[in-house]
Amino acid sequence: MKHLLGTQDLSREEAVLILDTATQMAATQEREIRKLPTLRGKTVVNLFFEDSTRTRISFEAAAKRLSADVINFSAKGSSVSKGESLKDTALTLQAMGADAVVIRHWASGAADQLAHGGWLHGSVVNAGDGTHQHPTQALLDAYTMRRHLVDGSDGKGLDGLHIAIVGDILHSRVARSNVHLLTTLGAKVTLVAPPTLLPVGMGPWPVTVAHGLDAALDGPEIDAVMMLRVQRERMTGGGTAFFPSPQEYTRLFGLDGQRMARLPEHAIIMHPGPMNRGLEISAEAADSPRSVIVEQVANGVAVRMAALYLLLAGEEHM
Amino acid sequence: MTGTILGAPDIDRALTRIAHEILERNGGAANIVLLGIPTRGLPLAERLAAKIATVERGFDAHERCGALDITMYRDDLHRQPTRTIGPTTLPSQGIDDAVVILVDDVFHTGRTIRAALDAVKDVGRPQSVQLAVLVDRGHRELPIRADFVGKNIPTARSERVDVHLTEIDGDDAVILTGGER
Repeated sequence: MKHLLGTQDLSREEAVLILDTATQMAATQEREIRKLPTLRGKTVVNLFFEDSTRTRISFEAAAKRLSADVINFSAKGSSVSKGESLKDTALTLQAMGADAVVIRHWASGAADQLAHGGWLHGSVVNAGDGTHQHPTQALLDAYTMRRHLVDGSDGKGLDGLHIAIVGDILHSRVARSNVHLLTTLGAKVTLVAPPTLLPVGMGPWPVTVAHGLDAALDGPEIDAVMMLRVQRERMTGGGTAFFPSPQEYTRLFGLDGQRMARLPEHAIIMHPGPMNRGLEISAEAADSPRSVIVEQVANGVAVRMAALYLLLAGEEHM
Repeated sequence: MTGTILGAPDIDRALTRIAHEILERNGGAANIVLLGIPTRGLPLAERLAAKIATVERGFDAHERCGALDITMYRDDLHRQPTRTIGPTTLPSQGIDDAVVILVDDVFHTGRTIRAALDAVKDVGRPQSVQLAVLVDRGHRELPIRADFVGKNIPTARSERVDVHLTEIDGDDAVILTGGER
């Protein structure tokens, strides 16, 4: 692997290798000394054009645990706010000797452009581009599902599992990345959202769609339910609203104690964070023993360590 | 001299001898923990532990045996295709203050053992570390030596030494194949 840009071009073998590597990385994080010498002398640049404290510190922790040097570059207050183009930023990072660039950008396709523009020698990791892809989030979700729902999970996919993704699919790169990855790993995916929050042209997606959480719970047994964050700026108001009121959204799509009780005993509850308690998920569901939301954060570090290891440790790709 | 250097009975005798040498050197098995270096060091460590258990009462072969993956400590990672990371499993009481016996199949340049010593340092602080190998083929590149050796096999650098073990390969053998000189 040279870059990690999206989940749609990951083969099943590659995805399983990342998950297996993450298992070993997670094991090292339970030791007293959690730092490994593996990426000594490598430089990882976190290039963030969009605020994301969680993802940035997760990548930063992952790189530091592997002994790589980390340079944080945030667009605010930098040369970018003075009008520098992505190309010139990339050339600057290249000149500083970046072995990998972790990029978060508000524009879909920014990571692809950075990887294939011919400006950079190193690897590019997509940490979220617009409404397009967020592969490490999908990988950490798959890792979390595999840990909880698949016995003797090493080397295995998610065959036969049924995953419901609930909420704003239209604007969600997490949902897009997950649809591809979960399908590649053998799981079935149901998207649960109002018609206004589903993208146009979903025809070829290998998913089923439900327009209410109750309808999805009436369907085939669900093994994991992933609640997406409702982005406040998209909730209500004027002609640009996607649903009439937060109350109605909660009534039709929110996960509360009653709906949680209708899930099978073994099912887990996930959320990529940050949560809007009381809107898409009730406190009862978020804090229940079946919720793995906090564990997802820890798994994120292990999965990002695995991705950085697989991209950077081997001989250089030319 | 190429071909099969050690057969199954030779390997078994060598391991029996090493097991006894370990006990002699350490005055028993009280503090001993065996850590196999994957892939083939692991079944060798398990066999040694089983042999020690037949001699020493109260030595729980399963409880005193572990695996130490050294992939992330190698000094040649950037020169090779990306390697798969194997599991590291330690005995439940850890390795602090234990006598750790590292077990590997072929002892060659010493770089694997250097990496293993770094890996050991990150998982605990043993009282001492000793090294047991099935085959020593020479050509050391670092000042590292083995404490227990099954068989010394003089080789040319171009030759290959392959160890087969029943647990992994279906048979027990040490095979020397010639490279061009």
